[in-house]
Amino acid sequence: MSAPSSAPTLARRLAALLRRDLALLLLGGRRGGAMLPLLFFVAVAMLFPFAVGPDAQVLARTGGGVIWVAALLAAILPLDRLVEPDLELGLFDQWALRGLAEEWIMAVRVIAHWLSFGPPLMLAALPASALLGIGAETLRTVELGLLVGTPGLAAIGVMVAALTAGLRGGAALAGLLVIPLAVPLLVFGAGSLAPGGETGIALTAAVSLVLLAIAPFAGGAAVRAARA
Amino acid sequence: MPVCHLSATALACRRGDRVLFRGLDLTLQAGQACQVAGANGIGKSSLIRLLAGLAEPFAGTVERHGEAGLVDERPGLDPHLPLGRALAFWERFDGRSAEAVGRLGLGDLADVPVRFLSTGQKKRAALARLIAQGAPVWLLDEPLNGLDVDAVALVETIVAEHCAAGGLAVVASHQPIALPGAQRIELRDFAA
Repeated sequence: MSAPSSAPTLARRLAALLRRDLALLLLGGRRGGAMLPLLFFVAVAMLFPFAVGPDAQVLARTGGGVIWVAALLAAILPLDRLVEPDLELGLFDQWALRGLAEEWIMAVRVIAHWLSFGPPLMLAALPASALLGIGAETLRTVELGLLVGTPGLAAIGVMVAALTAGLRGGAALAGLLVIPLAVPLLVFGAGSLAPGGETGIALTAAVSLVLLAIAPFAGGAAVRAARA
Repeated sequence: MPVCHLSATALACRRGDRVLFRGLDLTLQAGQACQVAGANGIGKSSLIRLLAGLAEPFAGTVERHGEAGLVDERPGLDPHLPLGRALAFWERFDGRSAEAVGRLGLGDLADVPVRFLSTGQKKRAALARLIAQGAPVWLLDEPLNGLDVDAVALVETIVAEHCAAGGLAVVASHQPIALPGAQRIELRDFAA
């Protein structure tokens, strides 16, 4: 028998969860696919000039939007590994037995998911903007937009991953579900690049905040439904 | 060990459109154990999940005082991680150390990824996780699967010790398991 000790606080449990999630999701982690979406993102940015031609003006004008679309597509890639494996492993059952609400687990997962793709994507936007010939001023707006927009993308990702966990063909369905949900982020985020579109950043942040507020509850409910 | 209690009243379980069992009553106080016996597919695992609160009963109620620890066919350990690190997650989460590792014959396996462990070794690992959880209510679903004779005896001893220390245990198994003084529920007696 192990020596009796007081149960760890909620904060310690959440810290243990975050540590595990990050080890899984970050570069080099088992489900880490953090590198793959990045390469995908840069590859899309690289393909675009081939497709539309090397006209510097056209590229500079459309480049910001291309980065946003590439970011959205890259965010879809890791979805099937976000929730489903833990459900299959019985980990959600074990957490439920210990009285930890699914909402907390989902909130931690949103944080871990964002850390694994948000900041790396912002870094990868630097070479991508060079490939597209985007100027420094536009790049600044793109980076700012990504900073406030990617948390919203992470929230959508975790929600959709939870909803589609355990479904046949869930991975393809997840991609399909994310795109319409991400439209507001895309409209405001890419819209902030248009002349006079500075308020777009604030609106992107607002959309992100709403999504972040919803995600733990929607995701938690979805996981409970998947278990029953 | 915190005070624990587990009771079920007029429990019925449905899977799909088929009722597996109904009218099942069960009361376990601290220190008591119960073996649930029956053929494959009769609803042993479903009963365990009902008692754990992981599934809703079709009818009846489950009352439980004290945290439940569950061992089922999934070890609940990250398959790609070495056993030591997979258990370390639960040690951090539960705030206790998995001291039973050596006793369960897992001492030399700390560096072996969980997915490379045999069925019996995974079961032992799940038991190590269970013991370290320190939950008073043990719900064991086929805990003897894949275990050799020595390990079966060890599980019997561990369950007896747990009950002697003031815990309670429900063991669902189609294999014989020696639990002195345990109640026995034949699920076919409650078949609907």
